[in-house]
Amino acid sequence: MKSDRLIKRLREILPADSVLTEPEDLKPYESDGLTAYRKLPMLTVIPETEAQVQQILRACHAAGVPVVARGSGTGLSGGALPLENGVLLSLAKLSRILHVDPLGRTARVQPGVRNLAISEAAAPHQLYYAPDPSSQIICSIGGNVAENSGGVHCLKYGLTVNNILALRVVTIEGDILELGSTALDSAGYDLLALMTGSEGMLGVITEVTVKLLPKPERAQVLMAGFDDIEKAGAAVAAIISAGIIPAGLEMMDKLAIQAAEDFVHAGYPLEAEAILLCELDGTNEEVSEEIKRVHAILQSSGATSLRTANDEAERLKFWAGRKAAFPAVGRLAPDYYCMDGTIPRKRLGEVLARIREYSQHYGLRVANVFHAGDGNLHPLILYDANKPGELARVEAFGAKVLELSVEVGGTITGEHGVGVEKIDQMCVQFQPKELTLFHALKAAWDEQGLLNPGKAVPTLHRCAEYGAMHVHQGQVKFPGIPRF
Amino acid sequence: MVDTILDQFTEAIRQAISRRRPVRIRGSGSKDFYGGASQGEVLDTTAYRGVIDYAPEELVITARAGTPLAEIEAALAVNGQMLPFEPPHFGPRATLGGCVAAGLSGPRRASLGAVRDFVLGIQMMDGKADPLRFGGQVMKNVAGYDVSRLMAGSLGTLGLILEVSLKVLPRPKDEATLQFECDEVLALQKMNRWAGAPLPISATCYHDQVLTLRLSGAKAAVQAAHAKLGGQALVAGEEFWRGIREQSANFFRSSAPLWRLSLPSTAVLDLPGKQLIEWGGALRWVFTEAEPEVVRAAAEQLHGQATLFRGATKPQSVFHPLPKPLMAVHRRIKHAFDPHGIFNLGRMYADF
Repeated sequence: MKSDRLIKRLREILPADSVLTEPEDLKPYESDGLTAYRKLPMLTVIPETEAQVQQILRACHAAGVPVVARGSGTGLSGGALPLENGVLLSLAKLSRILHVDPLGRTARVQPGVRNLAISEAAAPHQLYYAPDPSSQIICSIGGNVAENSGGVHCLKYGLTVNNILALRVVTIEGDILELGSTALDSAGYDLLALMTGSEGMLGVITEVTVKLLPKPERAQVLMAGFDDIEKAGAAVAAIISAGIIPAGLEMMDKLAIQAAEDFVHAGYPLEAEAILLCELDGTNEEVSEEIKRVHAILQSSGATSLRTANDEAERLKFWAGRKAAFPAVGRLAPDYYCMDGTIPRKRLGEVLARIREYSQHYGLRVANVFHAGDGNLHPLILYDANKPGELARVEAFGAKVLELSVEVGGTITGEHGVGVEKIDQMCVQFQPKELTLFHALKAAWDEQGLLNPGKAVPTLHRCAEYGAMHVHQGQVKFPGIPRF
Repeated sequence: MVDTILDQFTEAIRQAISRRRPVRIRGSGSKDFYGGASQGEVLDTTAYRGVIDYAPEELVITARAGTPLAEIEAALAVNGQMLPFEPPHFGPRATLGGCVAAGLSGPRRASLGAVRDFVLGIQMMDGKADPLRFGGQVMKNVAGYDVSRLMAGSLGTLGLILEVSLKVLPRPKDEATLQFECDEVLALQKMNRWAGAPLPISATCYHDQVLTLRLSGAKAAVQAAHAKLGGQALVAGEEFWRGIREQSANFFRSSAPLWRLSLPSTAVLDLPGKQLIEWGGALRWVFTEAEPEVVRAAAEQLHGQATLFRGATKPQSVFHPLPKPLMAVHRRIKHAFDPHGIFNLGRMYADF
């Protein structure tokens, strides 16, 4: 059997305890952060060096066996879901910080290094790595690059793609490519950008060089309550129109506020229909000036309550509610499903109204958490997986929300990626010719389609089926992939 | 009208395919000097112009490729906004499409980012004359491969850019330009050290024993930073930075070949000729008669790259040669977009 030959070859490359084949050893790799999808890989390999990664990929290429790369497994779209006939390549042991250059403000790290560990290593130099996805305590930088992860500071500091300088990538054929450099511009196509967010479909990342930024001298946060969520939306537009780019600008609706307050007692106004958290950072003088201006804008936008954090402890308290919003909402129902569309901010009122309609139609409650600065909306649909029929309703509701995001000029995923979760909605966002180009681009890196096949980009055949099914929505089960 | 122009583009591409004759995509021609000499009949984009959508409170502008950069910047200025990457125009009629295709950024690049950092979405025609749309008008979007950013700096070799959506930012409330006398080693040290401190520095330049830097931000912040750093205030700051960006400053008056070196910001470069440093040390402009191999070797030794930016005679490749496996990926990507090989042949590397 070809898998036996491959296992034998992999055992030549790696120590015995780094090639896992027993079901109980494979169990921890059966899913990523989207636990509704589970599958045991054929085997798991855990290399410690780039040279081993190279040899593993060559062996898999020669054997024609697919490979799914995995970092910490915190992804929310099933991007690291294993294939039962494939190798799961864990990069967890490539976890060294190779070099921190305080003067040049860069850090060169292996892909398994945790996001927060980079900032911790840079902290003695008063520097940090800006992107801060909510899972930053455990998520790996390699996974961040593969998903182009965001966080709450994207409006001002950008996404992963804006904060990395160079990558070392191993192709499925085992070639090593250096993309980008510690210099700012590089010759040729911007493959650094193409690789970022490519969900493990083009190559395996073995080294990342990130940009480090000076820690802002000061950060301060304001919290405003509103009796109407549309007023909160208008306040966001007013702040940005005034020429202010907050470091963080977050909105929560009533259900999310109540859940968070109940959970962490952040001091949120329970009577409010919406709250806005607006954080300003920069030099001391800059922050002082902008706090005054934002305060005035929030007031004239009709805020019903308005507080500025007096000290660092209160600032962290204000944020604690927002940061605990997902688990807090999770306490309201046995299960919740987190959506990730991005919309043009000006359509917020309309989108929330439509979500309310869907919520009534499907009989499911929704809490909305919104990265208001950059338009990334996370509706959390509450449900109970044990109630018959509720799963199907959540699915249909979720699909509606994503399609609505596309309809108003946005996207089906702002920061969680497509993975297996949103692959059908890709058919709504892209035309067949665009999807065909995506497949051609993948083939340019991976002709046999061995790297994370079946994720991120649907086949045209699948889209045809989805389109047909769409007409009979709710009556037909989606084929092909398991659904929760 | 707009549809007629699109039909003409489609027709031109189809003709090129059937006649097996390449086309040369061109806006105003302001950057004709940049890159390899490309072959083929000109496909003029300038008629396909106009701002399509601009909502200042969304920080996004969408315009057709032939729109003059000046028109876009004027529209933004009315609302107190700007293109954050401060692109060089190199001519009065420079277009948005040319700006994105060339991928050249100006003085603000080291602090705010490059063209590619602000491209949110693109509409284009590939080498089969198929209209395609990638990205969109929102800041966070991870659906599909990031083709929009890939188009930035691709020099028209992957397709005809039709429409671009860009993220824009508010103009700083206040700016000041300061100058310090010092030698190159000290200047590089200062630029790097200051970039690692919470200071509102938005541009740097070093040439001929003078380090010039620009502060941008709230008035109080600019004043405080000025007080902290000292230096001589330069009244004609705006003019100074325009001269650097557009290469109209005295330094750029020379008939020698002009090399553009992209280096790690702390590197100390040793090449004959005169040098001007930008981007906190990451960009070096060098007029030198040294052989291309010598310039490239000097750049490589410092883990950087060298491009012949302007020069009478062009070597085999004006851009830094790529390692073989990387070049192979480039060729396959080119083929994915432009299977008949009709766009801007020779503009980037010998065969594409």
